[in-house]
Amino acid sequence: MASLIETCGLTAFYGDFQAIFGVDIRLDAGETIAVIGANGAGKSTLMRSIAGVIANRPEMILHHGEPVGALGAPDIVRRGIALVPEGRKLFPSLTVEENLQIGNYGRREAGPWTLESIYSLFPILKERRRNPATALSGGQQQMVAIGRALMSNPEILLCDELSLGLAPVVIKDIYAAFSRIRASGAALIIVEQDIAQALKVADRIYCMMEGRITLTGRPAELDRADIHAAYFGAETHELV
Amino acid sequence: MTTDFETMTTEIDGTAGWRIETHTRLSRIFAVLSLGVIAVLAAAPLLVSRGVVQDLFFILTMLTLAQSWNLLAGYAGLISVGQQLFVGCGAYALFGFVILAGVDPIVAIPLAGLFAMLVAIPTTFFAFRLYGPYFAIGTWVIAEVGRLLLAQWKALGGGTGTSLPREATREMFGISTIEDWLGMRSSAAADALAYWLALVLAAATIGFVYKLLRSKQGLGLAAIRDNETAARALGVDARRLKTLIYLLTAFVTGIVGALIYLQKGRISPDAAFSLTDWTAYVIFIVVIGGIGTIEGPILGVLVFFVLQNVFSSYGSWYLLALGALAIVTMLFAPSGLWGLISHRTGWELFPVRRRLRGGAIRQDEKGGPNG
Amino acid sequence: MNWFDTLLQGILLGGLYALFAAGLSLVFGIMRLVNLAHGDLIVLAAFLILLIVSSLGLDPFLAALLAAPLMFGLGWLMQYHLLNRTLGKDVLPPLLVTFGLSIVIQNGLLEAFTADSRRISVGALETASVQMGGINVGLMPLVTFGSAVFVIVALNYLIYRTALGRAFRATSDDVITASLMGIRPNSIFAIATGLAMMVVTIAALYLGIRANFDPTAGPARLIYAFEAVIIGGLGSLWGTLAGGVILGIAQTVGAAINPEWQILAGHIAFLLVLLFRPRGLFPRALD
Repeated sequence: MASLIETCGLTAFYGDFQAIFGVDIRLDAGETIAVIGANGAGKSTLMRSIAGVIANRPEMILHHGEPVGALGAPDIVRRGIALVPEGRKLFPSLTVEENLQIGNYGRREAGPWTLESIYSLFPILKERRRNPATALSGGQQQMVAIGRALMSNPEILLCDELSLGLAPVVIKDIYAAFSRIRASGAALIIVEQDIAQALKVADRIYCMMEGRITLTGRPAELDRADIHAAYFGAETHELV
Repeated sequence: MTTDFETMTTEIDGTAGWRIETHTRLSRIFAVLSLGVIAVLAAAPLLVSRGVVQDLFFILTMLTLAQSWNLLAGYAGLISVGQQLFVGCGAYALFGFVILAGVDPIVAIPLAGLFAMLVAIPTTFFAFRLYGPYFAIGTWVIAEVGRLLLAQWKALGGGTGTSLPREATREMFGISTIEDWLGMRSSAAADALAYWLALVLAAATIGFVYKLLRSKQGLGLAAIRDNETAARALGVDARRLKTLIYLLTAFVTGIVGALIYLQKGRISPDAAFSLTDWTAYVIFIVVIGGIGTIEGPILGVLVFFVLQNVFSSYGSWYLLALGALAIVTMLFAPSGLWGLISHRTGWELFPVRRRLRGGAIRQDEKGGPNG
Repeated sequence: MNWFDTLLQGILLGGLYALFAAGLSLVFGIMRLVNLAHGDLIVLAAFLILLIVSSLGLDPFLAALLAAPLMFGLGWLMQYHLLNRTLGKDVLPPLLVTFGLSIVIQNGLLEAFTADSRRISVGALETASVQMGGINVGLMPLVTFGSAVFVIVALNYLIYRTALGRAFRATSDDVITASLMGIRPNSIFAIATGLAMMVVTIAALYLGIRANFDPTAGPARLIYAFEAVIIGGLGSLWGTLAGGVILGIAQTVGAAINPEWQILAGHIAFLLVLLFRPRGLFPRALD
C-alpha cells in the first residue's frame, strides 16, 4: 500500500541557492513523524515544498503514489494536505473566528473538525472569537493557526515550528491537544527545534542538517549521542 | 602602560594600485563618434532644408524631455505623469516675460526654467506625501491645477491662448548675426537658433545625467531604486536626493517648454499642458527605448519619430497602436529595445557600472587579498 | 447664492463621485493596484449602455442591468490575463500598462463612436424634482446618491459578512498564506476587478444621465475618483463616500462663486486635505 506522502530525492532552490539536497521521507497512515534539525537545516523548506508553496519537479513528492511536486498550494490543500505555517501567519484583517472560517475556503470536507469542535479543543478561542486575530498572545495565535488548518479536515497536517517563541507551559498545552488531533485520523508531520518535545510525540524521527537527512528511526531506538551528532554535525569543536 | 595598538601597523596595503573605472572600450569609441555626430548636427541648418531642421528640433526636444523623465522615473523612482506642468509653466513664463516685461526671448528661456523650478518647490510638499500610483495621479492633478489657473490669466489670452509678437522673435539676441552670416530670412534664422539651443540643451542634459550617474549621488540613486529602506539605512538621504532630482528635471523641462513654444510662436493652456504631448509620448519613448538607461531614450525617440511620421495620419488607430505597443513592451520586454540589444550584445554606450581594476592581489595565510 | 441649495447639490454630486471612486477603492484595497484606465472604463460602460439602448430599444436602467454582467466579464478578463501579469514589487508595470490601456480605450472609443458628445436620455426623469423641506431637489441626483449608499452598503456586506469577502481580505493581507487556504489569488483578483466593473457600470449610468460625455471624458473621472478616495482616506468605503461629498461640495461652492472655478475648487480642496491630513479624513487601512 502506498504511503500517504513520500518524497523521492527532493531538491529545492531559492533562486540559485540550493536548500535541500535529495531528501527522502515517508509518512504512512495514522503516523506522526517529526523532522528535527538546527536553524537553516532545510526543515521549513521541506514543509513548504510538500505544501506546494515551493515548486518542485512532479515526481519528487508523491501523495498516495501520485506525483504532486509541481502542484501549487491551492491544489495541495484540496487534496487534504494542510500546513500550519512557521510564524503562524494569521490574517490581521480577520477576527479569530474569520481566520478559522477561511481555513475551509478551498476544501469543504465533512469531518470531525468544525468551528464548534475546534472551540472545544481550544476553549480560549471561543471567548476571543470576535477579536482581531493578531491581538491574541503567541500561544493563542498558534491555536488559531492549528485550528485554521484543521478546518479543512485534512488527511495530513503539516506543523512548522509550533513551539517557536512560546513559553514551555504554553507549548505543553498545545501539544496536549495533539492526541485529539491524532485520534481524529490525521497523520502529522511536525517540524521542531525542541528535540525533547519531538521525541515525546513522534512515532518516527528524521534529523536534517544542511539540507540532508542525517538520521532516521524510532525514538526508542535512537541514542542521545547519535541525535546530537546528526543534529549538530559529526565534528564539534571543544571551546577552550 | 602601553599596548601594541599605537605601534601596530596596518597590514592592509592601502589602495595602492586599485582604481575604479567605468569606461569600456566600446564606450570610448562611442564617445569619439558622438562628438562627430554632434558636429554634424550642429552644421545641420547649413546643410539641410528648414523642414528637416524642424524635425530635428522636435527630436532633440523630445529627447531632452525623455532623458529628464527617465532620470526621474527610471532612476529616482518618481513616476510622474504630471511633467506637463513644467512644460506649460516654462512656456507661459517665456510668453509672460516677453509679452508683459519685454524681455528678450533668449534671455527669457533660462528664466522660464527657473520659474518652473520655483513652481516645483511647493509641488514637492504635496506630491511627496503620496507614493507609487498615488504620487503619479497627484502630479497629474497638480498639472491640471496649473492648466486651470493659467487659463484664468487673461493677460496671456486666458483659455484660448495668445501668440508671441513678431518683433520679439525677429529681434532676438543672435538673430541678426545668423541672418548676416548665413543669409537666412528671419523666420529661418529663428528656427536655426531654436534648433541650436535645443542641440546644446540635449547634449548638456545627456552629459549631465551621465555625469550624475557616475558620481556618488548616482550610486545613491541606484541604491534607492533597488531598495530605498536599505539605502536609507546606509546613510543615503533619499528624500533630499529625490527632491533635488525633481527640481532639476523641472528646470530642464521648463526650459524645453519655453524653447518649444518659442519656436511655435503660439500658446494655449490645453496645448502647453497637454498630457498626451508632454507625458504620454514621452513615457512611450522611454518605455519603448528602455527605461533606466541613457541609451534607451535615444533609441526610443528615433523609433517614435519614425512611427510618428509614417503613421500619425491614421489618427486614433495610430495612438491606439502606440498604447498597445507600450503595454506589450512593458509586459514582455520591460527593458525596452535597448534592453533587448544590450542583453544580446553586452554593449554599453554610457556605462555606469563601476569596475575595480588594477592593483595586485596578495595572498598570505591570514586569508583574503588584503589581510 | 442659496447656501443650503448649494450644499445639497454638492452632497448629491458627491454621491456620483463616490460611485466613481468605489470601484477604485475596492481594487486598491485588495491588490494595491490603481488602474489609470478606471475613468476610461466608466466611459466605456456608458457607451455600452448607450449601445444597448439604441440597438435593443431598452430603457437605460434595464440596459445598465444588462451591461453590468458584460462589464464584469470584461473586468475579469482584463485582470486575469493582463493586469495580473503586472502585479509584483515593482510599481512601474501596473502604472504604465494601465496608462497604455487608458490610451487604447480612449482611442478605441473614438474610432467606434466618434468624438461627438453623448447623453443617456431618461426623458422626463432627467428634470423631475422632488419637494424636500421646501426646496426642489432633482430626482436623478437623489437617486444617484441613494444608489451610492446602496452600493457601499452592499460592498461592505460582501467584504465583511461573506466567505468571498473573507477571501478578499485574506488575500490582501498575505497572498501566500491565502493560497495555503485554497484561495487562488489570480481568480480572486479577477473577481474583485469584475465586481469593480459592475460598480463602474452603475456609475456610468448616472454619469451619462447627468452630463454629456465623449471618449476623452475618462481622465477627468479618474481624477475625481482619485480625489474622493484620497480625501476620504484609504481603506474605508464610507470614507470614500465622505470624500466624494466633500469634493462635491467644494465644486458646487466654487461654481456658485464663479462657474469657471468649479473644477479648480475641487482640486484645491483635495490639495488642502493632502497638505493637512495626508492620510485622508477617515483612514482605516494599515497601509
